[in-house]
Amino acid sequence: MFPRPIQTMSPAARTAYKVALPVMLVLWLLPLLGVAMTSLRPSSDLAQGNYFGMPSYLAFSNYLDVFRNSPFASYMLNSFRVTIPTMIGAVALSCLTGYALAVYKFKGNLLIFFLFVAGNFVPFQILMVPVRDLTVKMGLYDTITGLALFHVAFQTGFCTLFMRNFIKALPRELIEAARVEGVGEWQIFWHIVMPLVRPAIAALSVLIFTFIWNDYFWAMVLTTGADTQPITAGLNSLNGQWVAAWQLVSAGSILAALPPVAMFFLMQKHFIAGLTLGAVK
Amino acid sequence: MSVSPAISQGSAGQPAPRKRRRLSRKLAPWLFLAPGMFMFLIYVLIPIGRSVWISFYQWDGLSPAHWIGLENYAELLDDDAFYTSLKNNVIWLVLYMLAIPLGLFIALFLNQTVRGIRIYKSLFFFPFVISQVVVGLIFSWFYAPGFGLFYKITEWFGGQGVAVLADENLVTYGIIAAGLWPQIAYCMILYLTGLNSVAPDQIEAARLDGAKGIKMLWYVVLPQLRPATFIALVVTIIGALRSFDLVSIMTSGGPYGSSRVLSYYMYEQALSEYGYRMGYGAAIAVVLFAIMMIFISGFIWKMWRDERGL
Repeated sequence: MFPRPIQTMSPAARTAYKVALPVMLVLWLLPLLGVAMTSLRPSSDLAQGNYFGMPSYLAFSNYLDVFRNSPFASYMLNSFRVTIPTMIGAVALSCLTGYALAVYKFKGNLLIFFLFVAGNFVPFQILMVPVRDLTVKMGLYDTITGLALFHVAFQTGFCTLFMRNFIKALPRELIEAARVEGVGEWQIFWHIVMPLVRPAIAALSVLIFTFIWNDYFWAMVLTTGADTQPITAGLNSLNGQWVAAWQLVSAGSILAALPPVAMFFLMQKHFIAGLTLGAVK
Repeated sequence: MSVSPAISQGSAGQPAPRKRRRLSRKLAPWLFLAPGMFMFLIYVLIPIGRSVWISFYQWDGLSPAHWIGLENYAELLDDDAFYTSLKNNVIWLVLYMLAIPLGLFIALFLNQTVRGIRIYKSLFFFPFVISQVVVGLIFSWFYAPGFGLFYKITEWFGGQGVAVLADENLVTYGIIAAGLWPQIAYCMILYLTGLNSVAPDQIEAARLDGAKGIKMLWYVVLPQLRPATFIALVVTIIGALRSFDLVSIMTSGGPYGSSRVLSYYMYEQALSEYGYRMGYGAAIAVVLFAIMMIFISGFIWKMWRDERGL
């Protein structure tokens, strides 16, 4: 193990490490802790310049105010309405494409694979004008469907990379044996491969959930009003309305961050397995 | 297509179903690929081509587009805002690289087995999970003149507070610091995973040979972390050049356009309040795309080689 396990070091070093851990963590999360504190401060404190002292009381009402004086609930709901169908769509499509690219040998296999990979890295701006135009022409501008359709298509790139590599690492004999038995191609996919890729589906689902929930650019480009905008774009416009009402901005930020954070803590293992794909050989 | 001997010999009752199966096996990958490829083609590959095409037009998104050849690009060459954005992109790219060593540093710090270390690792990773919009708001508050934590700290030390986001010379650095926060967390998690699989026997052997500290890290550990470093490099470069959310949330490109980057400037031009300049926006996007393609081709080339080597 590197660095040397702390247990093998002097007692002084061990104590120093035990102290350093929480200190580093607090420093690391300092901006976040500050915002969390602010979200619980009554506005009267902020007006009097009490930004860092003890709050005169814990104003949980800030969180209610966020919902009361803005379409916050609608923004949050829209986020779920975009995120969940995208998650299902992109994972489903990539199971198919990943399987095709991992199992079959055909001309152009690698080329198609690398097109998916490369497409995944391009700047959003090179897609912006045509995608917006296309969405308008399909009558889907400023709709949840229009936004979700684009996300499905774009995320298919990353998901295909992931699925293809995952399926490729499965034992090939399983598929060969089934073929010898005369099992049809779809049957092999559905009854043999799909049950084995469950961990990959879990990992991709949490990742896509987080990516789409946190998307801001496409929300700004493809949606406009409180009826359709997800929470990221919503926070942007609320930030404009709540000038200097930092207790509301803070409470709103914390609320907007909650779903992906919850997802992360619930599915931590899958989440990290997904993100670090390829980090070990 | 070569005909396999099994078929050409054709044992009496067999050929028909077997031939069908061979056909279906040739067709199957395309059927599996079709839906995903269709979506990807419509929404990703074709739009790239269309953007290049649109960059030769003057177009407000509504009235008919008007062919102007290379004029958009010619205009870019004389556009100060374009050079500011380009310069800021370079600063982003260079400073974002700090995420890799800093992520490695935190990973090394946390790579111990003491009680509660797992929860520490998760909490250190936290900034990556939250949206960049929230990160932007958090740092806007952190830098806020008058009461922001950072402002207070600089006031404490220097007597006068520094309003980072209102200072033309500091604003880009302030936003990059906000961007580094989640990016370091990402690199950290990549390295923590990598460190998990460093071969213990090699470490022990090197230790017996008297290697330790930096030397051990450089000659024994880092070579084994190469796959993690490659991914960290890819995501950091792409992340730096894609920076949009933070600029939009924290400053909207200001003050006086000094914190613009290409991605933001493109958005501003194409969908600005003063009228849509889709053609000009597309030209900016093409430049950004060209810059990113240099890196993307590098990544793909390396991945292609690895794939062939398998």
